[in-house]
Amino acid sequence: MSLILSSAPHIRAKDNTQRLMLNVIISLLPCVAAGIYYFGWRAALVIAVSTVSAVAAELIWQKLARKKVRIYDLSAVVTGLLLGLTVPPSAPWWMLVIGSFFAIMVVKQLFGGIGDNFLNPALAARAVLLASWPALMTAGYNVGRFDAVTTPTPLLSSASTMDLLLGNVTGAVGETCKIAILLGFVWLLITGTIRWEIPVITVASACLLGWLLGTDPLTTVLTGGLLFGAVYMATDYVTSPMNRLARILYAVGIGVIIVLIRKYGSYPEGVTYAILLMNIAAPLFDRIPVQRIYGHTKAKKEGK
Amino acid sequence: MSEKKANLGKVFMNGVITENPTFRLVLGTCPTLAVTTSAINGAGMGAAATFVLLGSNIVISALRKVIPDKVRIPCFIVVICMFVTIIQLVMQAFLPSLYESLGIFLPLIVVNCIILGRAEAFASKNPVVASAVDGIGMGLGFTLALTLIGCIRELAGNGSIFGINVLGTAYQPMLLMILPAGGFLVYGLLLGIINALTNRKKGAAKA
Amino acid sequence: MNIWLFMISCVLTNNFIFSKFLGCCPFLGVSSKVETAASMGIAVTFVMTIASLFAYMVNTWVLVPLQLEYMQTIAFILIIASLVQFVEMFLKKAMPALYSALGIYLPLITTNCAVLGVATLNVKEGYNLLFSVLNGTFSALGFLLAIVLMAGVRERLESSKIPECMKGFPISLVTAGLMAIAFMGFNGLV
Repeated sequence: MSLILSSAPHIRAKDNTQRLMLNVIISLLPCVAAGIYYFGWRAALVIAVSTVSAVAAELIWQKLARKKVRIYDLSAVVTGLLLGLTVPPSAPWWMLVIGSFFAIMVVKQLFGGIGDNFLNPALAARAVLLASWPALMTAGYNVGRFDAVTTPTPLLSSASTMDLLLGNVTGAVGETCKIAILLGFVWLLITGTIRWEIPVITVASACLLGWLLGTDPLTTVLTGGLLFGAVYMATDYVTSPMNRLARILYAVGIGVIIVLIRKYGSYPEGVTYAILLMNIAAPLFDRIPVQRIYGHTKAKKEGK
Repeated sequence: MSEKKANLGKVFMNGVITENPTFRLVLGTCPTLAVTTSAINGAGMGAAATFVLLGSNIVISALRKVIPDKVRIPCFIVVICMFVTIIQLVMQAFLPSLYESLGIFLPLIVVNCIILGRAEAFASKNPVVASAVDGIGMGLGFTLALTLIGCIRELAGNGSIFGINVLGTAYQPMLLMILPAGGFLVYGLLLGIINALTNRKKGAAKA
Repeated sequence: MNIWLFMISCVLTNNFIFSKFLGCCPFLGVSSKVETAASMGIAVTFVMTIASLFAYMVNTWVLVPLQLEYMQTIAFILIIASLVQFVEMFLKKAMPALYSALGIYLPLITTNCAVLGVATLNVKEGYNLLFSVLNGTFSALGFLLAIVLMAGVRERLESSKIPECMKGFPISLVTAGLMAIAFMGFNGLV
């Protein structure tokens, strides 16, 4: 059974959201495990701090705004988890607290709460952290098993394919073990939490453009945050388009921008920005009429 | 005479608080966002704008019976332009570092909606003294707002206020604050907070 | 600089709204509906292209030879004001539908800091005629992109339960800030 959720108006029963979020949390557990395995107690600390602060932020906001406290719908937990998994394992605790608070209070609650945000909260927070403390966000991967390593090499293909698959490389807490991500992907598909199109088309278009520009597809898929972003961030049903055609455009857009930023931009990783930009464009994509309206001679394409 | 003074007082406070151009009227957003990367820049822009506002308000008010209605906007612009050019030349000569920091936003004071707006809404309909007071009030309101935003952004993004390091070396500055995105966020959140406080005050007054 | 890269930088990397803060007033004020936003963006593109052209010509062939550079601001604003007036008259006669669709927004382009801003920037950066006009056109297209994207998001926000104190300008400003963060991804692309 696939759940179709639109942004608003809608009636949201608490157990629907909770069940959905629970499935996402379960799908993230392999990544959490892999992160702790490779990066040690610091990874566990990072994940714990960001998750707890996210829930705390939501609790504080809902109490202050005198709204019904809904932290049991677990959406804050998911946001906190996602943020914790996409930062370096040595991220300072205060940075995670600020990030989580920003994600929940500014990106989500300020815009109306669950279902009303137009950007993926965890991703927006990550972008804010990257812009505010770039040095702290792009270093500090020499934790746990990688004590002797001095630089992060998430995008270099000098590691063997097996190492990349298993996550025996430096990187963000949850992004390195590709097999863990794939396990999560399978779980999300089985439980009908996400549709296959967005992750598959995103990765496919990234690989295609990468190949056209000289990078082999395996490298594209196995390095960096592409897989994690495609499976967990781009599929957020609140911030991705509702129509099929719009979703396809959205996914292709993400893939293309990731490769362009990776090849030509000044940032080593383009997944964050690519998804955020497509989140912004999603409402415009949704305006593209899916069926020819009787009487119109040519389907009018609006938007970008 | 005291009634006139009371009225002038009201006009002045209107510009600073009640109809503060940045936080209530939301005019002149471009310089508000662009030059508030530091407190001194914010204050400098505010001062320059106040000078132009004062000058143009006085001149336009003095000439209000003479300017034909159909071409009043172009006339206002020419008057404002005069004062902008004056302040440009003066700043270039005596305050070159501020002149560099303000960049193209100094000549852009010409199209600052606050100045044209006050010319249209107040100076063209009121006597010279009142218009001058309005100019000072609005200008002061603008300057205070810009300095406030500038202080916030500089403190968070650089750990300093007016160039003086306040937060010490252990503080990791939040670089986003002095970037364009930070400007939008600070302005928006500040505006929201002020709205919330004003609404609560109104609600309390009613109850 | 390579022309193609220059054009991309005008639209994306140095976006007038998200990097340079030029054109914020209409960006915040005219972005509640996609159609209006698009019309405003197109009108601004038109005006900025021609304004860049005339401003460059007047500056290079009149002001500089006569050593009247300090008259730049006055000259440019007069050019822009007359240009908008002329565009208004032209549209009224030739394209009345577009004229009535733009309504009051057309005369407001005179006070749009983007137009005066691009003219002044062209002189400051020392661009030649071609680059000045390209800067005008493509920066305006960047403005168009920004304002249309903003309108798309704002239309979506219409059905959101935004807190009372944030409704209107505050939430628009925060939205713009978040969009600016996303646009930072284009850094270094050119």
